[in-house]
Formats: sequence, C-alpha cells, structure tokens
Amino acid sequence: MYNFEFSKPGTIDEAVAALGADEAQALGGGQTLLPTMKQRLAAPEVLVSLTGIDQMKGICLSDAGEVCIGGATTHATVAAEAAAHYPALAALAGRIGDPAVRNRGTIGGSLANNDPSACYPAAALGSGATIITNTREIAADDYFQGMFATALDEGEIITEVRFPVPEAANYQKFVQPASRFALVGVFVAKYADGVRVAVTGASSDGVFRWTEAEEVLNGSFTKDAIDALSPPSGDMIADLHGSAEYRAHLVKVMTGRAVAAAS
Amino acid sequence: MTQVTMTVNGKTVSGDVEGRTLLAEFLREGLKMTGTHIGCDTSQCGACVVHMNGEAVKSCSVLALDAEGAEVKTIEGMANPDGSLSTIQQAFQDHHGLQCGFCTPGMVMSAAALLKDNPKPTEREIREYLEGNICRCTGYHNIVKAIMAASGQDVGAIAAE
Ligand SMILES: Cc1cc2nc3c(=O)[nH]c(=O)nc-3n(C[C@H](O)[C@H](O)[C@H](O)COP(=O)(O)OP(=O)(O)OC[C@H]3O[C@@H](n4cnc5c(N)ncnc54)[C@H](O)[C@@H]3O)c2cc1C
Ligand code: FES
Ligand code: FES
Repeated sequence: MYNFEFSKPGTIDEAVAALGADEAQALGGGQTLLPTMKQRLAAPEVLVSLTGIDQMKGICLSDAGEVCIGGATTHATVAAEAAAHYPALAALAGRIGDPAVRNRGTIGGSLANNDPSACYPAAALGSGATIITNTREIAADDYFQGMFATALDEGEIITEVRFPVPEAANYQKFVQPASRFALVGVFVAKYADGVRVAVTGASSDGVFRWTEAEEVLNGSFTKDAIDALSPPSGDMIADLHGSAEYRAHLVKVMTGRAVAAAS
Repeated sequence: MTQVTMTVNGKTVSGDVEGRTLLAEFLREGLKMTGTHIGCDTSQCGACVVHMNGEAVKSCSVLALDAEGAEVKTIEGMANPDGSLSTIQQAFQDHHGLQCGFCTPGMVMSAAALLKDNPKPTEREIREYLEGNICRCTGYHNIVKAIMAASGQDVGAIAAE
C-alpha cells in the first residue's frame, strides 16, 4: 500500500473540507478500501476517516416513521439497534461478512462502494430508501448506476440513509461461502403503495428491481404468484461460482422464499 | 511519521507510525508483540483479530492512526494476572483446539468476544461466529468443543475427537 496522509475530523464540515484536497478519499470502516489499497487498485494521497464523526453514527426513527441510519454506523450496530424498527433490515446487516467485519464496516461505505454482490444496495433499493449526503437527498431509484457506480460526486459523503418501514419484508441471501457476499440476494418489501423486489449479486449492472415480479406480487403477495414468471433476463453475471442461467434461476427461487418468509 | 497513542492490554503505549501503518503492524513491529498473527492481510482469515474498545476487529484492516486513543486487547493480554492460562486458553489446550497454532490467537480473541455477548452459545452460534476465522489444521470441531467447554457446557455431543 502506498503511503498517504491520514486525518480524522470530528464534524461533517471538517470532513468535507479535508476531502477537498487533491487525491483525497473518504475512509469508512476500511473493510473494502484498505484491501483495495493493498492491491494498489486505489492510491489516495489523503485518507479522511469518517469514523470519528458522532453526528454520522447511530439509528433513530423520524417523525415520518422512517428508520434513519447515520452514514458511519456499523453493520453490527444496525443489526442490534434496527431490529425493533425494521427487522428485515437488521437481519440483513447481521449476516454481512463475519462479526469482525460487521464491527468495522459501515452502511455509507457499503452504499458508496456499490459492490454488485453487496447486501445493503438490495435493502436500499428494495425499500425505496433516501440516501442523504452533505449536499442533497438522492432517491435509491436514482442512486445506483451500475456495478461500483453511484450518483455520488467526488468528495460527496453519505451522511445518513432513510428507510421507509414496510408492512412486511424479507431478505434471502444465497451465500457465496468463500467471500461471504451474496451469490444472489433478494430483498422483498411490501408497502401500502406497492411491492418492491430488489436483486443483488446477479446482474453485471449491479443491483436492480425485478419489476415483473413486483407487478404480479401487487396482485397477490404469495409465493405462488411468481410461479408463472420466467427468471429475469438481462446481463447476468457468469463466473466460476455459477453460470448466468443458474443465477437467473436463483433470483426466482430466492424471491419466492423471501415472499414466503415475509407473508 | 505521526505519533499514535493507545492502551494495549491496560498499558498506555505510543509510537511513531506512517499513515499506512496497520494496527497489526504497529502491534507486531512497533511494540514487538508478535502474538497477533497476519495470515491473509486482506480481512479474510481472522488470524489478526484483536479487541478494539471491546469489539473484535481484524487488525490487518484497521489503521494504527484510526486506533488513536483506543483500548486494545491482544492475545498477550489474555492470560490471568498470575501468568496461568485463562479459561478459554486452557480449554483450547484441554480439547486440542489447535495444531500448528497459527490461527489460535485470532480464534481465542473471537471466542472471548463471543462469550462476552453470549455466555452460553449453542454449537451453531459458535460455528457461525467463527465464520471469519479460518483454520487450516483442526477441522474446527475441537475449536468448537473448546469454546463450548470454556462456556461451562457439555461437549459430549460435538462430533470428532
Ligand atoms: C470478509 C468480508 C466479507 C464481506 N461480506 C459482505 C457481505 O456479505 N455483504 C456485503 O454487503 N458486504 C460484505 N463485505 C463488505 C463490507 O460490508 C464492507 O464493510 C463495505 O462494503 C464497505 O464499508 P466500509 O465502511 O468498510 O467502507 P470502506 O472500505 O472504508 O470504503 C469503501 C468505499 O466507500 C467510500 N466511503 C466510505 N464511507 C463513505 C461515506 N460515508 N460516504 C461516501 N463514501 C464513503 C470510500 O471512499 C471507499 O471508496 C465484506 C467484507 C469483507 C472483508
Ligand atoms: S490477517 Fe487479518 S484477516 Fe487475515
Ligand atoms: S491450528 Fe493451524 S491453522 Fe488453525
């Protein structure tokens, strides 16, 4: 890993100022960025740790009934503290990686990275969450822009994520045991204004909504409702862990399981 | 170089580090405490697990400067004050929970973190908690058995000797 200057500001404003430096990058839990830097796939000259910013940590319930999670909140904290408000989200956080990864990794880091096999993108898209940054609010539907690509501008920080709480929801993760990421993961959430189905791990475009499944589940929120559907088409990932057809098949199976567990 | 100060096993320590110095490197090379092992160096294997402010973390994936002011506990801090092995360490010895010993510091630190939150875990909970700790030698059964025994539970039902 190339050397860099390290800073750990205590406020969002100080962090934004520090990120204005040339070749500066934010550091969340470091669970993705530090291994990437060791491989020299990233080489920032300034690293700005966000983990000392108290206003970016913790979970609360807004007046509008949304679960609000600070951008530097760890997966372990979400698993423990969101359980009372949004159990499916807490369960998802509690199955990311392993306990030590969950004690460091943050929701902001996961969403900023937008790994095509990561879990949080499915929860954010499946819940129609709002991603709050230091400058604006971005709807999840506009935020995810393909594998490792997001709407974030350079130096923009995710300060908070707001999840509307559904009537019922469930996340089904088919674990890729070597990486512990999702080989395929499906997040299903039923809201008063409709069902959302978000799929991670399957497409080389990153997380996506399976709209055909949403339509039939709006008619009948049962596992059987999707039986007649063909697995989603599109640019499925094919690698040594599974072919494109296998992944597409898993999407349908995991969607069915998520609906069954939620209803 | 920047000076970093933290508490390691109850003692205040400081040293000069670079931005890129990992907590694991600071412990091993700065403080010469080589009980914390580096296996993969990419947050996969868990050989480097230490406690930071009471939580298990992979010290190969934490910057030393990010641990400024933290309370760190390593395998060197696990024995009883009189030097005898702690309950968990003794259980690893009694139940043959190690062979080459490379993964053991991380296993013991993860086990201690688990038992702090969950004093009587089930066999399944132990296996799930150790998901991020890889052992090339034992096949895990005796590690699970040691942790069951350290939590004061019957180990008779766990497979393989
Ligand atoms: C062994 C292992 C298993 C894992 N398993 C899973 C899994 O099952 N599912 C899963 O979803 N993930 C998994 N992960 C990834 C893990 O969740 C990471 O913690 C996460 O992807 C990155 O979060 P971080 O806080 O560590 O971010 P970092 O690694 O610090 O940063 C990642 C990127 O996000 C940027 N960034 C960080 N915070 C912010 C912010 N607040 N605003 C804007 N940009 C920011 C950084 O600049 C960097 O580009 C695993 C990781 C490991 C090592
Ligand atoms: S050396 Fe840190 S996880 Fe392997
Ligand atoms: S005892 Fe050898 S790696 Fe676990």
